[in-house]
Amino acid sequence: MTTLQTVFATAKAANRAALVGYLPAGFPSKEGAVAAAAALVEAGCDVIEIGLPYSDPLMDGPTIQDAVHRSLLNGTRIADVMRTVEGVAATGAATLVMTYWNPIDRYGAERFARDLANAGGVGTITPDLTPEESEPWRAASAAAGIDTVFLVAPSSTEARIKAVVDCCTGFVYAASLMGVTGARETVNVAAEDLVKRTRAHTALPVCVGLGVGTGKQAAEVAGYADGVIVGSAFIRRMLDAPDEAAGRESIAVLAREMAEGVRSRA
Amino acid sequence: MANDGTILTAADLAGNGAYGNDPDVHGKFGIFGGRYVPEALIPALDEVAAVYEKAKNDVAFLREFDHLLRTYAGRPTTLTEVPRFGEQAGGARIILKREDLTHTGAHKINNVLGQALLTKRLGKKRVIAETGAGQHGVATATAAALLGLECVIYMGEVDCERQALNVARMKLLGATVVPVSNGSQTLKDAINEAFRDWVTNVDTTHYLFGTVAGPHPFPEIVRDFARIIGVEARRQMLELTGRLPDAVCACVGGGSNAIGIFHAFIGDEGVQLHGYEAAGHGLASGEHALTLTAGSVGVLHGSRTYVLQDEEGQTIESHSISAGLDYPGVGPEHAWLKDSGRATYHGVTDDEAMAAFSLLARTEGIIPAIESSHALAGALELGRELGPEATILVNLSGRGDKDMGTAMKYFNL
Repeated sequence: MTTLQTVFATAKAANRAALVGYLPAGFPSKEGAVAAAAALVEAGCDVIEIGLPYSDPLMDGPTIQDAVHRSLLNGTRIADVMRTVEGVAATGAATLVMTYWNPIDRYGAERFARDLANAGGVGTITPDLTPEESEPWRAASAAAGIDTVFLVAPSSTEARIKAVVDCCTGFVYAASLMGVTGARETVNVAAEDLVKRTRAHTALPVCVGLGVGTGKQAAEVAGYADGVIVGSAFIRRMLDAPDEAAGRESIAVLAREMAEGVRSRA
Repeated sequence: MANDGTILTAADLAGNGAYGNDPDVHGKFGIFGGRYVPEALIPALDEVAAVYEKAKNDVAFLREFDHLLRTYAGRPTTLTEVPRFGEQAGGARIILKREDLTHTGAHKINNVLGQALLTKRLGKKRVIAETGAGQHGVATATAAALLGLECVIYMGEVDCERQALNVARMKLLGATVVPVSNGSQTLKDAINEAFRDWVTNVDTTHYLFGTVAGPHPFPEIVRDFARIIGVEARRQMLELTGRLPDAVCACVGGGSNAIGIFHAFIGDEGVQLHGYEAAGHGLASGEHALTLTAGSVGVLHGSRTYVLQDEEGQTIESHSISAGLDYPGVGPEHAWLKDSGRATYHGVTDDEAMAAFSLLARTEGIIPAIESSHALAGALELGRELGPEATILVNLSGRGDKDMGTAMKYFNL
C-alpha cells in the first residue's frame, strides 16, 4: 500500500508536485470507475480520491453533481465505494475517500474508518466537517491508521487555518477559490497566497484544488503547491465521451498533460 | 413593554436564556445544531453571528425592526377566537394567532425584515434565499424591494409549478427567480443551490435563510426574529382570557413559525407545546415529511438534527401537499425540544389537513394556508382529547390565497 507520506516524499525528491485525481465511485458504472481510476494512475496520477456519492452535494458544481446523480441512479452504496477503493489501491496509487460527513456519521465513524483501512484506503477528505465537529472522526481515523484531510479556503483567517491544519494528517487541501467544484479558465490568484499562509502553520504538504483543468494550470500550481488536485475536468470529459472506453482514453490524455505539468513547475 | 415606547425589547427579541435553550458558542442545542459546512463559509457565518450579536443589543436596531414590524408588516397581529370551528374540536376554546394577516400573508415577513436590516449592517447589497411554498421567497423579495437590495430566489422546479402565483409575485417585486432542476426539485435542492451561490458570492451577498435550520447562527437568528409571534400571543392571551393557554399548536416544516410561537411559552410548564408535521399520504406509504416523528439523527444543510435518511445517510425525499412543509430536515432546536420532552410532535396527513382547511373556511370565513391547516387539524384532535374546558392557541401561520390551485384540484372546485 502506498501512503500519502511516500507519495509526497517521492514527489519532493523529484522536485515536482504530486498529481491527485478525483472520481466518484459508481461513475460511469461501478466497474467503470475502477477502470477510469486505473487509467489515471497509469497516466501519472499519484493519488486518487474516490468520491462517495451523496444526495445533497452542496459544495459541488454542476459537473460533479451530474456524475454523482448518475452514480446514485446506478445504485452505488458504501460497500461499492469500499470495493472501488480496493480496486484502485491495487493499482499502487494512494487512495482516499472524499465524502460529505453525513454518510460516515450514519454508517458509524469507527466502522467506516476500519472498513476503509481494510479496503486499502489511506484516508479521507471531508469538506463539510469543521474542526469543531471533527473530534470523533479524527479519533476513529487515528485508531484505524488512516489520514484525515480537511480544507482551508481563501476566506480562512489565520486562526481558522491553524485550527484546520492541526486536524490534518497526510496533507492539507487548499481550496483555490470561493466557490464550488468545477474547472475554470484561470486558477485563482488567491490560491498561491493561501498556500503561503497555510505553510506558516504546518509542515504538511499543501495541495490545491478547485478550478484546475489544464496542464498549463497544473504547472502553474505546481510552482507553489505540493500537489495539484483535478476532478471536474476529468469528469467533464467522461460525461462528454460516447462510451466508457472513449472516456478513459480522453481522461488519460488529460492526465498525461497534467502529469507533465506537475513536472514542469512554472 | 419597553419604556421608550416601542413594543419590542432586547429581551423580546432574543429571550433571556433563562430557559436554558439558547445555543452554546458552537451553536449547539444539546447534541443538535452546530456547523457542518465548507470551511469557506465559516468566516461569513462568524461575521453574521458577530453583527447579529451587536444588533440585538442595539436599541437603534431594535427600534428600526420594531418600526417596520408595526408600520409595514402590520403587527401586532390580532387573536381571533373561532367558536364554530371549536365545536368540531370537542368544544374546546380555539384561538388563532393571525399571522395570515401580516403583509405578504404569512409569518415569514418577521424574519425577512429582521435579516434584511441585518444585511444592511453587514454592508451587503445582495440577498439570496431558498423557498418552498414561495412564501419566504415573496417575503424576501418584498423586504429586498423595500430596502433596495438585489434579490435572487432559488426555488425547486416542482415547487415553481405548484406555486406559480408566488413566482409571479416575486418577479413583480423585482427578484430573479432561479428554478432548481436537480435532485428532488424541491426545497432541499433549492437550499443546496443557494449555498452554492453563497459560497461563490459571499463578499457581496447575505444568505437570507428562511427557517430555523441550517448552520449556526441561522437557527438562533431566525428564531429570534420569529419570536415576536409568541411574545405578542402570550400577552394577548393573558388579556383576552386572563390565563395562559393549555396548549399551543403549530405546523412544522423547517420549524420557524412553530419556534416563533413556542418560544415565549417554553418556560411556562403548564402550557403544552404541539408541533404538527406533514404525514403526506401516511407514514406507511413512505410519502411524508415526518422528520421528527419518523426520522433519525443526522446532518443536513449544515446542522445536526433529525433527518429523513436511509441507513447510509442519503437523504430521502419528503412529500407533502403543502410545499412549505415538504422538507426532509428540521430546525435543531425542535430536535432538542423533542428529545427533552418539552414539545411533542405529531403527523397530519394531506387529507386531514385539507379537511381542516375546508372546515375553517366554512365555519369561520378564514382560508388558511395548507401549511397552517396541519396545525388546525392537530388542534381538532387535541381539543377532542383535552375537552371543552381547554383553551388552545393555534398559530395560523399564513393565508391560503397561494393554495387556490391546489385546493381547486383537491376539492374539484
